[in-house]
Amino acid sequence: MTHTAKAREPGHFDVAAVRKDFPILARTVHGRPLAYLDSGASAQRPARVIDAVDDYERRHHANIHRGVHTLSQEATGLYESARDRLVRFINARSRHEVLFVRGTTEAINLVAQSYARPSLKPGDEVLITHLEHHANIVPWQMVCGQTGATLVVAPMDARGEVHAEQVLELMRPATKIFACAHVSNALGTVLPVHRLIAGAKARGITTLLDGAQAVPHMAVDVQALGVDFYAFSGHKMFGPTGIGVLYGREALLERMPPWQGGGDMILTVSFAKSTYNSLPHKFEAGTPNISGAIGLGAATDYLGALDLAAAHAHERELLAYATDVLSNIPGLRIIGTAADKAGLVSFVVAGVHPHDLGTILDQDGIAIRTGHHCAMPVMEFFKLPATARASLSFYNTFDEIDRLAASIERARTLFA
Amino acid sequence: MELAELYRDVILDHNRNPRNFGPLSQATATAEGFNPLCGDRLTLRVAVADDRIADIRFEGEGCAISTASASLMTEAVKGKTRAEALATFAVIHRLLTDDAAEVDEQLGKLAALSGVREYPARVKCASLCWHTLASALGSPETRAVPAVSTE
Repeated sequence: MTHTAKAREPGHFDVAAVRKDFPILARTVHGRPLAYLDSGASAQRPARVIDAVDDYERRHHANIHRGVHTLSQEATGLYESARDRLVRFINARSRHEVLFVRGTTEAINLVAQSYARPSLKPGDEVLITHLEHHANIVPWQMVCGQTGATLVVAPMDARGEVHAEQVLELMRPATKIFACAHVSNALGTVLPVHRLIAGAKARGITTLLDGAQAVPHMAVDVQALGVDFYAFSGHKMFGPTGIGVLYGREALLERMPPWQGGGDMILTVSFAKSTYNSLPHKFEAGTPNISGAIGLGAATDYLGALDLAAAHAHERELLAYATDVLSNIPGLRIIGTAADKAGLVSFVVAGVHPHDLGTILDQDGIAIRTGHHCAMPVMEFFKLPATARASLSFYNTFDEIDRLAASIERARTLFA
Repeated sequence: MELAELYRDVILDHNRNPRNFGPLSQATATAEGFNPLCGDRLTLRVAVADDRIADIRFEGEGCAISTASASLMTEAVKGKTRAEALATFAVIHRLLTDDAAEVDEQLGKLAALSGVREYPARVKCASLCWHTLASALGSPETRAVPAVSTE
């Protein structure tokens, strides 16, 4: 094992120190230290996020954007300053372009209903890829059903790669919207998004990226990407659940009608006619998840204080190590072997159902995800009912990968 | 909780060599079971004659608990009347969900399923085939359901 020597190199990412930032990583499960290899489903929170939420709840909570009293002003300030942090985090042009939503799923539904539904006509096409998560399939199916547009699916190959030229071929005059994952949640594939977005833009196609699995693993710059909409969830990037972001280009958001009515999205109401608030509030109907937004803002602070380049390099080394170690287990097959991958290894083990594997690993304190990963078309493509998935974060260690491998061997022995 | 309590030898054996596995050409009723959480799918076919389960076979794919439970179930209910089979389902249901339920000695090999109740996430794996059986036997509470789902 060469990783121990590597870990001692000066300047290397200090995993032990980072792990101390995440209180939950100190706990045990079934008497074993927790090895949390399920960050792709939901990442853990650093104390900085927990404390920010706690401080808000204990000292500042009130409704925002409406009270003249001190608490309401403090809460409003914290909520809007969280938005400013998110603006910087993805390099949006202004706070008009960053909408707080419940998560990636709501963000995509918002675009499907508020942008796509009024503009799509029969004969138009919405283009996605075969490796999408359900949240980037079903909202488009729904809006196609509502408008008479057609959903077109670009292929992936047996390695789980999506080839830009094959997708570009499907960008036709009828194509109005192109939506795809930045990183696949089931396979780990990093898509060639720069080429895809550039190709779509050149053809006048509106673009959306599902960034849920990308933001925890790489720096995302929406302006450099040139994408029209970018959706992501807070809880996959060390923030709370129930909060996420839809980035949208201001010119598009300005043209879009509100999605939901009520609360913060309103300027004036009479029974004859109501007028709507300006961006970003036009899309934030009702009292939002204030503490969630503040927690998410704190997550960007936490990431901003890390050496992110070193953290991401550590993740890549973990992924390479996990791929190497797991590949050496007899009967284990890695599902998703794209050249460019991020953050996770999906796999199946001959003779051991993923669900049994999940239970056995749990007894050893190891948390992984098993199932179809809300990507049934991907499972269907590989003719599998389910896979096991170990997803990684910078707080994971090489030792945890070794424990994963040992526990898989234990399961193989049990079912041999 | 010891893993060996869940994966007892009987379970491992029935997973490795499921009994009554495959198609059944003379079936009088067929039911499908599906657990969307883990992707387990089960097709259960029964041949009922004079209110008695003359033959029963299953096909599909699932985890060890799901496969073994289905295999053990087919052995246990073959030859039973509809009412006897549904009564066995009721006993198994209590065994899987009620911590206080005593393991009935009459259960025989089915008693091996009692380890599952310590693993709440896996109870549905063990119960899928039983719900599917109730559907195949036209039990009133499941008759209207085209495909049994444990979600």
